[in-house]
Amino acid sequence: MEIKELSKKMRIHAIEMAHNAGKKGAHLGGGLSAIEIFSTLYGAILKEGDQVVVSKGHCVLAYYTALYEFGFLTDGDIQSFETNGGLLHGHPTRNKAKNIEFSAGSLGMGLSFAVGIALAKLRKNDQSKVYCIVGDGECNEGSIWEAVMSASKYKLSNLIIIVDKNGLQYDGPTEQIMNLDPLTARFEAFGFEARDVNGHDEQELHNAFISFSKKSMPKVLIANTIKGKGVSFIENKPKWHFGIVDDVFYQKAMEELR
Amino acid sequence: MIEINSIKARTFSKLGQRGTIFAIATPELAEQFPEMLVLTADLALLSGLDRFIQKYPDRFYNMGISEQNMVGVAAGLAAEGWKPVVTTYSSFLSMRSCEQIRHFGGYMKSNILFVGSGAGFSMTYSGNTHYTVEDLAIMRAIPNMIVLSPSDAVCAIKAYEAALKYENPVYIRLSGGLNCPMVYKDDFDFEIGKAITLEKGADIQLIATGLMVSTALKVAELLKKEGHSVEVIDMHTIKPIDKSVIASKDRLIVTIEEHNVFGGLGGAVSEVMTEKGICTPLLRLGIPDTFLKVGDVEYLLDQAGLSVEKIISAIQNRL
Repeated sequence: MEIKELSKKMRIHAIEMAHNAGKKGAHLGGGLSAIEIFSTLYGAILKEGDQVVVSKGHCVLAYYTALYEFGFLTDGDIQSFETNGGLLHGHPTRNKAKNIEFSAGSLGMGLSFAVGIALAKLRKNDQSKVYCIVGDGECNEGSIWEAVMSASKYKLSNLIIIVDKNGLQYDGPTEQIMNLDPLTARFEAFGFEARDVNGHDEQELHNAFISFSKKSMPKVLIANTIKGKGVSFIENKPKWHFGIVDDVFYQKAMEELR
Repeated sequence: MIEINSIKARTFSKLGQRGTIFAIATPELAEQFPEMLVLTADLALLSGLDRFIQKYPDRFYNMGISEQNMVGVAAGLAAEGWKPVVTTYSSFLSMRSCEQIRHFGGYMKSNILFVGSGAGFSMTYSGNTHYTVEDLAIMRAIPNMIVLSPSDAVCAIKAYEAALKYENPVYIRLSGGLNCPMVYKDDFDFEIGKAITLEKGADIQLIATGLMVSTALKVAELLKKEGHSVEVIDMHTIKPIDKSVIASKDRLIVTIEEHNVFGGLGGAVSEVMTEKGICTPLLRLGIPDTFLKVGDVEYLLDQAGLSVEKIISAIQNRL
C-alpha cells in the first residue's frame, strides 16, 4: 500500500476510535499530528528486530492504528480502547505480544528506556535499531536531556529519536510555554546528527530516515507537524489536545477525510 | 555465593555495608550472575566499585549525575534481559528518581536491583540534604517493590544475593560508613520476607531494622540485666513485612529504625497489629518527623532518641 493511502486510512480509523470512545474522549491533537510519522516508520522504515519506543504516550490514535494496520492489534483489541479493564487505554501499556515495548503516560521517561535498549543491542552486537517518538512539549522535561546526553556519550548510532514537533502543548504554544528552539541546533550541540523535515510529508520523512550517516552518533529527526492535522476544526486548536468526538463532529471530520 | 566465615565477617564489618557490597560482593558475584550490570550516578569511586570496573569495564555504566535517566536506562537494559544494579545515595535514588522507580520498577516490574547507600544519618556533616529518613516509606508505598534493610555487612551480602536471584524490582537500603557494627558473626540463612529472631524473650519485643538491630541487641542486654525477658527481631525485609513475628498480645512491642517514625518499620508493624487485632502497647522509635541539627552519627542518633540510653529510658517510661 502507498504510504499516503496508509496515512489516510489510519487518520480515518483514528477518528472512528475517538468517536467510539464517546464521552470518555481521546487525545486527538497529538495523535493526528503523528500519523505520518507512524505510517512512514511502520510502512517503510522498520526492519526485522527494530524496536519502537513511544515515549509521548498520548499519541495512541496514531500508534494503535499503525499497530492495527500491521497486524499487531486485532479488531477486538481496538474495540477494547478505553473500556474498563481493556487492553488499550489512553496511554499504552507494555505488551510484548502486541509489539508495545513501553508503558507510557508520564512524559520524559521513554527516551531513557530507549537508550537502555540501544545499549543492550550494542552489547549483543545486534545491528537492529531503536526508534523513539517524543513530543516537543515532552522535551520540557529535564530527563529528556539527561537521556540525550547519555545517548551521545555512548555513541548510540542505533538510536533514532523522532520529535513530533507540533508546537502546541496543553497550555498553549510551546514557544510561549517553554521554548525549545532552536531545537535542531540544540540536538546537534548535544552530539546528534539531526534532520529537520515536514512531518506530514511521507516522502520527506522517508528520505530523512534513509539519509542518516553511519557515523557513530545518535540521530534525531525533527518532524515539524500540525497538531490535529487533517481535520480543520481540530488543527492547531489547543482545546483539541484531548476532546470528545460526538456524532456531529464525527460527520464533519469524515466529510473532510474521505 | 560468597563464602562467609567468622574471619570474613570481621573484614566485611570493617568495610561497612556499602564497601562490602560494591568492593567485595559485586566483583565476586559477577561471574555467577553474568547478566548483572552496574549503573551509578557519579558514585563509583565512593561506592568502592573500582575493582569491579577494572575487572568488568564493559559491564559498568557511569550515567553521570542524572539519577532519573539512570533508572530509565536500567529499565531498557532489563527489558532486554540484563539484570541492572542501580546505585547512588539512597536520598537521591529514592527521591530524585522516585517516579522513575515507581514507573519502571513498580509499574513495569523491570528486573532492577536498586541499592541506595548512605541511608539514615550516614552522611553526617554533609547535612540534611544527604540524610535519608523517608526511603522506606516511599519505597513501601510503591506497588510490586520489595524493600530490604539489612542489619550489618554480612546481612547486606545475604540480601544482595537474594535480590540478585529475585526477578523483580528490589530496593536495598544500606546505611553507615566504614566499621559497621556486627550482628552476624558467621553465615546464616536469609530469606526475603522472613524476619530473624536473634534473641527470644517474653516481656518486651524489640523489632529493629538496619543498623538499629545491633543497637537493639545492646538495649536487650542491658534490659535483661534489669530482669526483663527481651526478644530481638531483625526485620531485614520491610516489604513484605513478616507478620508471623508480630503475634504476641501480652508484651510491649518496640520498633527501632534509623528512619522517620512515620511510614517505615514502625508504620508497617502498627498496620499489622491493627489488622490482626493485637492490642498491646507499641512504642515506635525512629527519627522524629523533623530535620535535625547536623552532626556526627552519635550526635544525630542521640538527638533522635535512638542512642542506647535514650531507647532504654523510653522503654522504661512505657513499662
